[in-house]
Amino acid sequence: MTSLYYLIPIALLLGIVGLGAFVWSLRTGQYEDLEGEAQRALRDEAPLSPEEARRGRLAQKDE
Amino acid sequence: MTIALDGSSPSPWASFVRRLADGNQAVTCAVEGIHCAACVQSIERTLEPIDGVIRARVNASTHRLHLSWRPSETELAPLLEQVERMGYRTVPCDSADVTAANKSYSRTLLQALAIAGFGAMNVMVLSVAVWAGLAEDMGPSTRNFLHWIAALIAVPTVSIAGYPFFRSAWTALAGRSTNMDVPISLAVIVTTIASLLETIRGAEYVYFDAALALLFFLLIGRYLDSSLRGKALSASQNLLALRGKVARLVTADGRIEDIAVDMIKVGDRVHVAPGQHFQVDGNIVEGRTSVDLSLITGEAAPLLAGPGEAVYAGSSNLDAAVVVEASSVGADTLLAEISALMENAEQHRGRYVSLADRMARLYTPFVFGFSIAGFVLWFAVLGAGWHEALMIAVAVLIVTCPCALGLAVPAVQVGAVARLFRQGILVKSGDALERLQAVNTFIFDKTGTLTLGRPTLASTRDIPETVMAVAAGMAANSAHPLAQALANATGAAPLPDTTEVPGDGLFHRGTAGEFRLGRAEFVGIPAGNGPGTGPELWFGGPNIEPARFGFEDRVKLDARQCIADLVQRGCRVEILSGDRKAVVADMAAQVSIETWHGEYRPANKVERLQLLRKEGQHVAMVGDGLNDAPALAAADISLSPSTASDISQTAADIVFQGDLLAPVAEAHAVARKSMKLVRENIGLALGYNLVAVPIALSGALTPFIAAILMSASSIVVTLNALRMRAKRPA
Repeated sequence: MTSLYYLIPIALLLGIVGLGAFVWSLRTGQYEDLEGEAQRALRDEAPLSPEEARRGRLAQKDE
Repeated sequence: MTIALDGSSPSPWASFVRRLADGNQAVTCAVEGIHCAACVQSIERTLEPIDGVIRARVNASTHRLHLSWRPSETELAPLLEQVERMGYRTVPCDSADVTAANKSYSRTLLQALAIAGFGAMNVMVLSVAVWAGLAEDMGPSTRNFLHWIAALIAVPTVSIAGYPFFRSAWTALAGRSTNMDVPISLAVIVTTIASLLETIRGAEYVYFDAALALLFFLLIGRYLDSSLRGKALSASQNLLALRGKVARLVTADGRIEDIAVDMIKVGDRVHVAPGQHFQVDGNIVEGRTSVDLSLITGEAAPLLAGPGEAVYAGSSNLDAAVVVEASSVGADTLLAEISALMENAEQHRGRYVSLADRMARLYTPFVFGFSIAGFVLWFAVLGAGWHEALMIAVAVLIVTCPCALGLAVPAVQVGAVARLFRQGILVKSGDALERLQAVNTFIFDKTGTLTLGRPTLASTRDIPETVMAVAAGMAANSAHPLAQALANATGAAPLPDTTEVPGDGLFHRGTAGEFRLGRAEFVGIPAGNGPGTGPELWFGGPNIEPARFGFEDRVKLDARQCIADLVQRGCRVEILSGDRKAVVADMAAQVSIETWHGEYRPANKVERLQLLRKEGQHVAMVGDGLNDAPALAAADISLSPSTASDISQTAADIVFQGDLLAPVAEAHAVARKSMKLVRENIGLALGYNLVAVPIALSGALTPFIAAILMSASSIVVTLNALRMRAKRPA
């Protein structure tokens, strides 16, 4: 029975980590557009971050 | 016209562009024409490779484009042009609009829901262990340990996840009234505190799981409700934004600049092309045209207007380009007068108290009454100890938790609103369906509501087919509303070698000679010689009899059917119109409505509505024009087609899309069916109390039985609400 004293807190802690991850995703706007993002994952080419896209274009210009 | 178009004008959307901290610029646009994910992709792929574009993201749920760019490398106008070229209309709009408040509320609810879910699941796991332990051989120290863990989870969870309810309950109590959140908050708080005290005492029974499950179930209903409402709100706002609030300002040196309508000042001259709406009140200074005032007065026949004559914002320019000098802004405008009427009408309407809140007013004393009765019964009559009697009072309070009652209304409304949304009917206010189901009198405006609100080709029996084909082909070259109506009637392809003379018509040089289509004088017929009234086009050419194309504002295809449906359900139907009496009488006969009133001004409409309401009728107003806006605000519930004027759409509780009237009957049917289900649900919830309260009063209620009873009642109510999805409304 003594195993309960540490197993339950561990289980709860893991749950709280999951909850924390959800709250983080909510606050960073991950649920703003469920339809669009779901489809975006199916694009052929890998999407570039704005910074990458900018660098890519600059590199093209330099050539 | 002596006006040169100039491309280097400043952007009309300057007021919507946000300047970012790093010097870049961003804007949010409403996009029309997005149907699928491919649309989203193609817009983004077109924009993102353009030099200077930092980020282009289309939100597929709200149909909005978020665009940011570096002003040193590109400008907004060419970017929007790219998207328009692909066939999507994009119009910048205010990003911090009314939907923002709803969005943040939705987000708070979702977060509360996640926390409540986490708490409820974990506490339930612990509770099941305790219940099993009570039947087997769990020692008191282990049980106490589990209870303490449950308390540790439940207390913070209740204070965070319960906050939306506590705040709403507090607002109601502070205003000396009560709503459904009062008994909910009470039950949750009392249950939690009593359970905490029992935990400290080391008792057998705690009810943390009941409090958390209650919050969890209720939050599901609240969240779905609010996210659907947000969707309807943003959709209706996109409809308004897509009107394109740009005016073409004529500068002192005769150039034309596109500017936002808000930026026009008194004395500014504005160029209005044929087929456009006038954006300001003012007088014509250049040009001569006919004006369609139907949105303002309800009169369908166009009026001729020339220099010096007044035109009003919201009416549309039919024939020729004109220049208008803006005459009034602020308190003197027709719009301001109508707004004042609207506010007045709204005040007289009074606040509607939703069924759920009326139930709560009856229910709260009932909950307290039984709880106190339980205490008195056990303490004074049966002679139990005060602690035992108190726990029975708490058990009654817990078991009467209005979980099922709290779900009864939102569970049904979510289904109903979603179903209407799929059919292009946007329900904007929370209690709209409740108010709609009580309606027994429908008032329709005529032009634009019962009719299409735009010209369609009248009978062409006497016109030879060859003439028809040439005329329609010529018409297909023009954007003029009458020409468009003629071209649409036959689906003709544009005829080449056709030239448009603005304000007069079109001519076409064929092998046989020159054909003309346009105003009577343009074709060579003395004006006022035609057989009919109303808008018309004439067609003439070598060796043919001049032909007249008459146009009429046609009744919506299903108007008669819709009215018949409403009458069959026992509703009274009336027409209130600003149009001439003869025209209104004719329309009333066409759609078989017995009661009609013509030549009504906005104030008359409001009076009529108030009279009907005084007689005890519940009145729904269906209208689209500026002249209907006050009446829309005065009615119990109001509906507008999405072609309505901005101010009417804003005033309306329900906005419906498309060229049919069926949505009115459909919304009414769905509202009635949803109310029937709500009443059943309330019956089920009260029936549950008939079973649960005696058990609690008898002292036989354990947390295990409470959990089963409460979940069962919530599930039954939710399943019953799912019947809203069934195809045909009763």
